Amino acid sequence: MAERERRSTPPYGGVFVARSQVMDADDVRRAIWRMAHEIVERNHGLDGVVLVGLQTGGVLMAEAFAEALAEIDGTEVPVGTLDVALFRDDIGIRPVLPEAVTDIPVDLDGAIVVLVDDVLFTGRTIRAALDALGSYGRPRAVQLAVMVDRGHRELPIRPDFVGKNLPTRRDEMVNVSPSGVDLGELVKEGR
Amino acid sequence: MNRHANHLLSIADLDTADLDQLMRLTDRFVEVSQRQIPKVPALRGKNVVWLFYEDSTRTRLSFEQAAKRLSADTMTFSVGSSSVKKGESLRDTVLTIEAMGVDGIVVRHSSAGVPWQIARWLEHRVSVVNAGDGWHEHPTQALLDCYTIRERRGSLEGLRIGIIGDVKHSRVARSDVLAYTALGAEVTLVAPPTLLPPSLEGWPVRVSHDLDAVLPDLDVAYLLRMQRERMTEHLVPSLREYTDRYGLTARRVDRMRDDALVMHPGPMNRGVEISAEVADLPRSVIIDQVRNGVAVRMAVLFLLLGSGVDKVLGSEGALPDAVADPDPAGVPDLTSAAPTPEGAPR
Repeated sequence: MAERERRSTPPYGGVFVARSQVMDADDVRRAIWRMAHEIVERNHGLDGVVLVGLQTGGVLMAEAFAEALAEIDGTEVPVGTLDVALFRDDIGIRPVLPEAVTDIPVDLDGAIVVLVDDVLFTGRTIRAALDALGSYGRPRAVQLAVMVDRGHRELPIRPDFVGKNLPTRRDEMVNVSPSGVDLGELVKEGR
Repeated sequence: MNRHANHLLSIADLDTADLDQLMRLTDRFVEVSQRQIPKVPALRGKNVVWLFYEDSTRTRLSFEQAAKRLSADTMTFSVGSSSVKKGESLRDTVLTIEAMGVDGIVVRHSSAGVPWQIARWLEHRVSVVNAGDGWHEHPTQALLDCYTIRERRGSLEGLRIGIIGDVKHSRVARSDVLAYTALGAEVTLVAPPTLLPPSLEGWPVRVSHDLDAVLPDLDVAYLLRMQRERMTEHLVPSLREYTDRYGLTARRVDRMRDDALVMHPGPMNRGVEISAEVADLPRSVIIDQVRNGVAVRMAVLFLLLGSGVDKVLGSEGALPDAVADPDPAGVPDLTSAAPTPEGAPR
């Protein structure tokens, strides 16, 4: 979703048109459930774990993780949101406005931060997120959970928890929602 | 950069949607200011110069703090220690500064219209922010005032706001009237006739000369500084008489609504337009205004210099008209009531 909104901003404007469904709602739910187990396993419990959803596509997912983790482990994990607009490296190249809410409810010093986003693509959003997290303290570790890893990385960044590895063409679009994951294209309006 | 630089020259250039956008954007920068490390790299490599032809401490410091939190570089030009003393003209000064490489100029000047003039001289290659021009406007003050009211009351829609005191010489009042009414508030000017502009034609306001009659209905009492240096003009018989009729005293404040706010753009004359104890009441949000000023100016600087968003502040549409007229008195609506102070520019 984040990617879609970004690409919908002029001059990239357009409408997402789905071509094929890659995951349905059940697949998404199962992937969340599996990744939640992996988060517990990797961290030997949930002590010090904080979920941070990247605006806007990662926010709903982070909440879904929190629900799953509460059921699996009986622990309420703090959930925050992060908008990385002010830390992006393409400020000045294309229009950027920090419209979404950043809310980090706990001190991140010594925490294990699980960054959550819907689609991992070039890795530049994650690079910006890592910089932004530094403003809230020094986490003990930062891990990355994404629903879809679509490749085409431009930076040395890899996810720790992946819903689905999805080979794509660069000009394709991936749209993630609770009702499923779609692969499609951005169609320019009025052309 | 070939693109037409955006400016913030007048609240009159902004429509309600622009103001709403700025308020929402300010929310983001309030959050940035609360971080453990309240600094973001958004304006790295941008250079902003403060061109202050008139004294200012809070506005300049506030802009300075805003720019630093956005990682911009800043330079200060103050008239006291500059070539202006050697007789350099404003135009030459501005062109010289531009040649050094700047992205934004924040200007305060005692003559109305100077920011427009600068924008025109630089052919819109550099963003210009009006930090106060004569008696004309002080747009970022109005934005932070709106933001502070919105923070306490949720919105300005339907609020009754009284602007009390020396409206005639107040650029804050002019910007505030435009911003408050654009956001749906009703504004009443409360002042003796001598401290009102000679003509209020076209001002979307009511006028009263009786503070006691108006006060119980107000949601916001916005007090203007009684400029002591104007006392020689005999516009009021004495400061004491002014306080007696228009000062917000402890006795008067008791007659205000429970949720009504007291505001002041600073610097305050405690004991004149506001009594010492009233300034420290919980309903007084004067310190909040100062704090929000930094976030509002971050929003303005980011929008103009960093966001890459065009036409945001409506300046493209509104500017050419104002700029086509080289007479500073020709700038937007309210100027007719805001004559250029005599003897300016200094």
